[in-house]
Amino acid sequence: MKKQHKRGERGPLASIALHVTLIVASLISIFPVVWLILTSLKPRDGWLSTELELFNSPSLGNYGRVLSETAFPTWLLNSVLVAGLTMLLGVFLAATTGYAISRFRFPGYRGVMWLLLITQMFPVAILIVPLYNLMASLKLLNQLPGLVIAYMTVAVPFCAWMMKSYFDTIPQEIDQAGMVDGLSPFGAFWRVVLPLARPGLAVTAFYCFMTAWGEVAYATVFMSQEEKRTLGVGLQQFVGQHWSDWGLLTAAAALIAIPAAAVFLLVQRHLVTGLTAGATKL
Amino acid sequence: MPDSGTNERVPDSGTNERVPDSGTNERVPDSGTSERVPGSGLGSAERVPGGRRVAGRARGPRRAWLRHWYAWAMVAPVLIVMAVLIGWPLARGVYLSLTDATEANVGRTIGVNVIPSRYEFVGLENYLDILGSGLFWAKLGWTVTWTVACVALHYGLGLGLAVLLHRKLRFRSVYRVLLILPWAIPAFVAAFIWRYLYNSDYGVINAMLEAAGIGAVGWLNDPFTARIAVIAVNVWLGVPFMMVAMLGGLQSIPKELYEAAEVDGASPWQRFTNITLPSLRAVSSTVILLGTIWTFNMFPVIFLVTGGGPGSETEILVTYAFREAFTGVRNYSGSATWGVIILLLLVLMAFGYRRALRKTGEVW
Repeated sequence: MKKQHKRGERGPLASIALHVTLIVASLISIFPVVWLILTSLKPRDGWLSTELELFNSPSLGNYGRVLSETAFPTWLLNSVLVAGLTMLLGVFLAATTGYAISRFRFPGYRGVMWLLLITQMFPVAILIVPLYNLMASLKLLNQLPGLVIAYMTVAVPFCAWMMKSYFDTIPQEIDQAGMVDGLSPFGAFWRVVLPLARPGLAVTAFYCFMTAWGEVAYATVFMSQEEKRTLGVGLQQFVGQHWSDWGLLTAAAALIAIPAAAVFLLVQRHLVTGLTAGATKL
Repeated sequence: MPDSGTNERVPDSGTNERVPDSGTNERVPDSGTSERVPGSGLGSAERVPGGRRVAGRARGPRRAWLRHWYAWAMVAPVLIVMAVLIGWPLARGVYLSLTDATEANVGRTIGVNVIPSRYEFVGLENYLDILGSGLFWAKLGWTVTWTVACVALHYGLGLGLAVLLHRKLRFRSVYRVLLILPWAIPAFVAAFIWRYLYNSDYGVINAMLEAAGIGAVGWLNDPFTARIAVIAVNVWLGVPFMMVAMLGGLQSIPKELYEAAEVDGASPWQRFTNITLPSLRAVSSTVILLGTIWTFNMFPVIFLVTGGGPGSETEILVTYAFREAFTGVRNYSGSATWGVIILLLLVLMAFGYRRALRKTGEVW
């Protein structure tokens, strides 16, 4: 049923089929999120219902409990700090590298490219034990900087890779013109290319933030103390093996997902442009 | 490696000498353009027919340093970070995989007592143990199934939706936003949401099945349904990325190609297979490789939706290695060995994939 690029009109049946397909797909796509929010608005034990009901005396009780009775605010702060720091450091450290591998062909170029590609494949299992021991010996377990350092292993190569593809989209002629006017390669990068690449930097930063924000494995192992946890670790507590409170969990999840989704949808146009530009040029 | 240094396009003094008349109209048409072949990726430096210029150039470490020091300086921060944060732990991980280190025999400090390490070098024993065990092959089998199923569904559904969305239609941007939504949800949040949906007593999926008269299914209690369940979660999470990437690819295909094909009387299906798919190859090959790597290493979905259960039936290699390292008596060497094996598998796969693409003439 591939109705490809038929120029001109399509029949009403084809139109209906098209819309029905898209509507079904959209419903599947949004249903879990909608259900999450509906559940979070139910009263304390509302999730313990076997009935299929959309509303059940909606209230913000679960939100109140999450914010006042649990460590959620602390975890949120931890997550924001860790993800923010990871983002800043990742972008800062990787920017010049992204530029260099986008513009210059220097001895070792292919080595760097392969290195960046291969580090994207690192399974968490190979680094986590040595890093854990390293952090333990540096007394950085249960410390936010320790987690940030661990995230650098993922963020730095990823940012360099992403930024290369953004710099690729900026015409070469621009920095050449800058250099004709007497700028050094660093000057051209700093004064000419970087300002132009701001949207690309923002997108890279955003991805970087989201990756650190959603990371679970390192955080689970490195942050064992209650007040040091990040969201991905902390939330696991709400639905443990012996006790679970989906009311708390859904409210917390909604508090995390709604701002994230809002920002995401706001910037998605840029995400899309940059990402596909990057993808085709990898 | 046919000297990648030769094609560098920085307008250093050398370029000026060679193009004495460049004067006012810059030197854009000279070196820059020939190398910036659109779509050329990793291999661009070699593919460019520009090597001839170098012939008479003086070469040597000093010369190379003068020409390339700023490039190296710019790459340095990443290389240093990677050497310290990845190189050292990696070397240590590989070393651990050759020992019998567990929580019980590594050195540690309790209070003022320093307990020295007692683990020993055991060579390739860990590797032989793991590769000789049925457990590894069973896990590998499931991991491969999981990866192939997820990536195939991601790609197929993503491409299908992209093709639908690429058409002129009403509410296109609404559909787009709704379809992208799962991408905007952090994976760990999505994992929790789905776990609740799958809940056998209170989950909405079972409630719907009951309402339809089919009867409840213990989604996460049975290995088979649990596997389907985790694949479904990952597909839900991953399709938007593919869709968006494909949509970008579709938009970059020149309309004229379709017009010409239509004039020649090509059917929609022919246009799809002869224009759309070949034009999307560059994007596709990239996102499929990335998707494979990401799915292979997809930790949160498995870890948070099923916890690897029931038993360890849905455990993929990565989550298994993690569990090995951090539950019960922590088996550091075993988990490091699993890590090394996983990494080798992925690297082999990436190389093989790239080779296969090269054979069919794809530039990557």
